[in-house]
Amino acid sequence: MKFHNDEDKPVRRPRAQAFSSRLSRIFTELYNIAAFIGRFFKEVFLPPYEFKEIIRQCFEIGVKSLPLISLTGFIIGIVFMNQSRPSLAEFGATSWLPSLVSLAIVRALAPLVTALIGAGRIGSMIGAELGSMKVTEQIEAMEVSATNPFKFLVVSRVLATTFMIPALMMYTMLVALLGAFLNVNANEGTSFTTYFTQVFDAITFLDIFSSVIKSALFGFTIGVVGCYKGYHSSKGTEGVGKAANSSVVTAMFLVFIEELLSLQVITALRYL
Amino acid sequence: MKKQEPVIDRSNSVISIRGLVKSFGDLHVLRGVDLDLYKGENLVVLGKSGTGKSVLIKIISGLLKPDTGLVNVLGQEVSKLKPRDLDQLRLKIGFSFQNSALYDSMTIRKNLEFPLVRNRRDMTRAEVDRMVEIVLDAVGLSQTINQMPSELSGGQRKRIGIARTLILQPEIMLYDEPTAGLDPITCIDINNLINEVQSRFHTSSIIITHDLTCAKDVGDRVVMLLDGQFQRQGTFDEVFNTQDERVRLFHDYNFID
Repeated sequence: MKFHNDEDKPVRRPRAQAFSSRLSRIFTELYNIAAFIGRFFKEVFLPPYEFKEIIRQCFEIGVKSLPLISLTGFIIGIVFMNQSRPSLAEFGATSWLPSLVSLAIVRALAPLVTALIGAGRIGSMIGAELGSMKVTEQIEAMEVSATNPFKFLVVSRVLATTFMIPALMMYTMLVALLGAFLNVNANEGTSFTTYFTQVFDAITFLDIFSSVIKSALFGFTIGVVGCYKGYHSSKGTEGVGKAANSSVVTAMFLVFIEELLSLQVITALRYL
Repeated sequence: MKKQEPVIDRSNSVISIRGLVKSFGDLHVLRGVDLDLYKGENLVVLGKSGTGKSVLIKIISGLLKPDTGLVNVLGQEVSKLKPRDLDQLRLKIGFSFQNSALYDSMTIRKNLEFPLVRNRRDMTRAEVDRMVEIVLDAVGLSQTINQMPSELSGGQRKRIGIARTLILQPEIMLYDEPTAGLDPITCIDINNLINEVQSRFHTSSIIITHDLTCAKDVGDRVVMLLDGQFQRQGTFDEVFNTQDERVRLFHDYNFID
């Protein structure tokens, strides 16, 4: 029988060495992501253009997200209106509810909620789909059929998310405002015309424009992260799960960072 | 089914490999491989798992780049080709993957059409449909045309994978473990199909396998990859008529005659 002795002890790497190897992995990953984005911008302008596949992906990403987006947007409108009421009621200012809620929905809630739902539903779908294609050699099969898999799979998906997240955001905006209207109509008896007049008086072109641009950036991020994680997933079914999971986590994290940065930029633009 | 006598042109080498070296980090997979595939020939590459057999055909099809060495396919040096020229060459090479690699989200019809629709844009809808019918008929699975890959058995998926490569009428076929994971009866069917493809479509093929029944049934010539180099070559019986312990072990543990 063999007993434990000093030779059996696992060799522990010095902390500094472990830290430097981790740091090197992070920088390698960042370099790979930058190269991936660089390749996207190179391939997106070169023919052949995959219009059919882009439209198919727009349908998968956009149209199939509508039920979830509708429900979430509607509930958010109702809930936000309901939660804002007590604070304004203390000052007898419930007539400001439409203005307050519309600003919150248009400037922050609609883009953020759409992006987070997109990261969850679309990011995981892309990560898992490409990951599974990678593991089962479907990507290589495409390559040996003289088809550029990066252009066919990655470029089409990233373009679809970049186009569809702003479109979905506009839809969420509308549905959330409608939900908020039903709430304010039921409680304060505000008419449809009065409500939407107040809404459109409160919001500006910059509010909508900045939300669309921000959503396009969120869409691009969700697409790139999902494709990158799936396209580079390691072998095996475990890799597919990891690709889907890390697509969602990374995309959500980046969406929040981008929201924070864009808030600074938009605020600065507003006071120019 | 007995294999038809193949017409092999030994003066015409469709694939010529010289001094091929490939490593993955510290793992030296191929250590100076020399190989010729003659026109009309079925060449079987035998070897244990992890000896670099699949790496070899991935280098031939341009999916991997060699560290050093020359890989000449149909008169063109693969590693020196521009992407567009490599794609043109790939149209002449059919690659049948170990796990069939059928596109899960497409029906069998769409799977088969895919290489044609993307590369033969001049073909009419009727011509594409006709080609799909021909290759499906060749693999004996016409009834599966509207099914999804997930609805097929392992053997059927292999056949459809082969049909998808045949649709571009390649000159060279590369089979990666065509009988892996199949029952013995289905293995015989696949072996017959490989022989039928050779005689009907006049292809030259490299068959990567560790299945000795497959090697015996389909190989006109067999080479054995050991320690990153081809150690033995000849007919099936010539290769295994040796006192080399490594070759004998491979034979004794895998093959019951």
